[in-house]
Amino acid sequence: MSEIRNYTMNFGPQHPSAHGVLRLILEMDGEVVQRADPHIGLLHRGTEKLAESKPFNQSIGYMDRLDYVSMMCNEHAYVAAIEKLLGVEVPERALYIRTMFDEMTRILNHLMWIGTHGLDLGAMTLFLYAFREREQLMDCYEAVSGARMHATYYRPGGVYRDLPDRMPKHAESRWTKGKDLTRVNEWREGSMLDFIEAFTKDFFERVDEYETLLTDNRIWKQRTVGIGVVSPERALQLGFTGPMLRGSGIAWDLRKKQPYAKYADVDFDIPIGVNGDCYDRYVVRMEEFRESARIILQCVDWLRNNQGPVIARDFKVSPPSREEMKDDMEALIHHFKLFTEGYCAPAGEAYAAIEAPKGEFGCYIISDGANKPYRLKVRAPGFPHLAAMEEMVKGHMLSDVVAVIGTQDIVFGEIDR
Amino acid sequence: MNDSKTLIARLEHALGERIAQSQAGDDMVTIEVHPTHWIEVARELREHPELKFEQLTDLCGVDYLAYGQVEWDTSDVSNEGFSRGVEGEGPGRFSWDGRPQGVDMERRFAVVIHLLSLVHNERLRVRCFTADSAMPRIDSLIDIWSCANWFEREAFDLYGILFEGHPDLRRILTDYGFVGHPFRKDFPLTGNVEVRYDEEKERVSYVPVEIEPRVLVPRVIRAESGASEDAEA
Repeated sequence: MSEIRNYTMNFGPQHPSAHGVLRLILEMDGEVVQRADPHIGLLHRGTEKLAESKPFNQSIGYMDRLDYVSMMCNEHAYVAAIEKLLGVEVPERALYIRTMFDEMTRILNHLMWIGTHGLDLGAMTLFLYAFREREQLMDCYEAVSGARMHATYYRPGGVYRDLPDRMPKHAESRWTKGKDLTRVNEWREGSMLDFIEAFTKDFFERVDEYETLLTDNRIWKQRTVGIGVVSPERALQLGFTGPMLRGSGIAWDLRKKQPYAKYADVDFDIPIGVNGDCYDRYVVRMEEFRESARIILQCVDWLRNNQGPVIARDFKVSPPSREEMKDDMEALIHHFKLFTEGYCAPAGEAYAAIEAPKGEFGCYIISDGANKPYRLKVRAPGFPHLAAMEEMVKGHMLSDVVAVIGTQDIVFGEIDR
Repeated sequence: MNDSKTLIARLEHALGERIAQSQAGDDMVTIEVHPTHWIEVARELREHPELKFEQLTDLCGVDYLAYGQVEWDTSDVSNEGFSRGVEGEGPGRFSWDGRPQGVDMERRFAVVIHLLSLVHNERLRVRCFTADSAMPRIDSLIDIWSCANWFEREAFDLYGILFEGHPDLRRILTDYGFVGHPFRKDFPLTGNVEVRYDEEKERVSYVPVEIEPRVLVPRVIRAESGASEDAEA
């Protein structure tokens, strides 16, 4: 009889379903995983150390590049931590804009997740639909900040500027003209809020469409039901947050429990799972699409009826307007100081956490009174999730590893930082 | 969220003298403990019915070597004007060869944990300075919160803090074969080595970095925000 023994397999770092640069060392017994050792850090850029060498505001752009599919949520946590240190009041309109963009970001992130997760598990079609919708939301990012992804839109004290009055339209080109052009510009005739409203109202139907492809799909269920089960007790022990925790049946959502921005004033529910497997986490995230859309509609409604400043009028923190700067010596000095030296935060420390699409995204800043943070620690939700990889895949087949990577919604920008 | 006053009272009731220092703080209560009590305090924080911090949200290392140091002194204005912001020894100012060596300081390395109690809906920050700054050591929390595993590996990798009792204390974020602990304040911002493709050897090789250390905006502490009242955090 021939000798049977375990063998070690290398997975990644260049693999389409590794969602970036994950290197997994798998110890296999036949096709069953015995041990999994993720090697991370291939995307480590030392964001936290870089932030220590720059004035506070100059690091906002780095935050976009952490979890690069939920950009504005990262900014939100960083900016909120600075605001806590400085004690700045944020105007109400800015809070509503933040709430709205956080939820749009959640939809962006979940679209990316459902697209790639489906692709990994053999549901190709969904990827195309998800990216079609993502493009519309990216246009909103671009309209408001000038950048499709790395917006740097949130600033300490509010947001950089108010929402545009007109939504940019598609120009005529060789590929889009005539009837096609009218169709793609149909929602873009009015203001940006009109566009967001039209998109969101339509989005409920889109989610139903996605669900017809997957929810009762036999193959989908075979790949996800009973895979990567995590009990509620273990989920807490392993530091799970967000949909990973809610999938295990724990109703914990920072938007409800420790509300920030305007979440206390909008109406929404927290979906939770029952079994804590990949399928339940899938259902939770699908339901979050609808809840996010509900929140966006409420924000649109408020923003339409209420005008006001979008950034705190405190020239020590936020710059004066261009007009004022040209007109007033004092404002010019403030502008100059703010962009050359920045502002000094009082000595102390602050931790601000927000419910990012992947879980609790937190920024911990220690300040010694200087114009740069003394220490910045980014608490990335994906980090403890990936740490639990071994526990989740042990005893599963090799193909289930891919399902678990997908369900954890791994993005290496935030894990490696 | 519950009131921070009652939390401090509950902490004092449960932990007694093991709290070296406590502070209400703007965002959450912060306590400091001695490294000898680290494990028992952590266990008590999780198990005690009035505390119940079931989740370890975050664990990180901190290096207090350069705390309060500036690259531009604004306090000594004379009739000849301000000093220029070109002096000082921030991590952006020295290269690998010129890094400060043999610096010793008490209370240099700290481990900070953020805890979350779902039952009471409150957060707590616990700080612990390691005893020896030449070889910082502290007990591992892995038996109390499983997720401490990777967080401790990260703190070890970036700061060189050794966690006693950790089963698998390997580097996690830096490259295979990396030398030094990059987040220490005496580690240059430009780093140590860079990789490039070597035409002759026909493989990727490590060479000393070519970037010149430089600081675009000097670090400055303005008097009005100064580190006066809680300089020694």
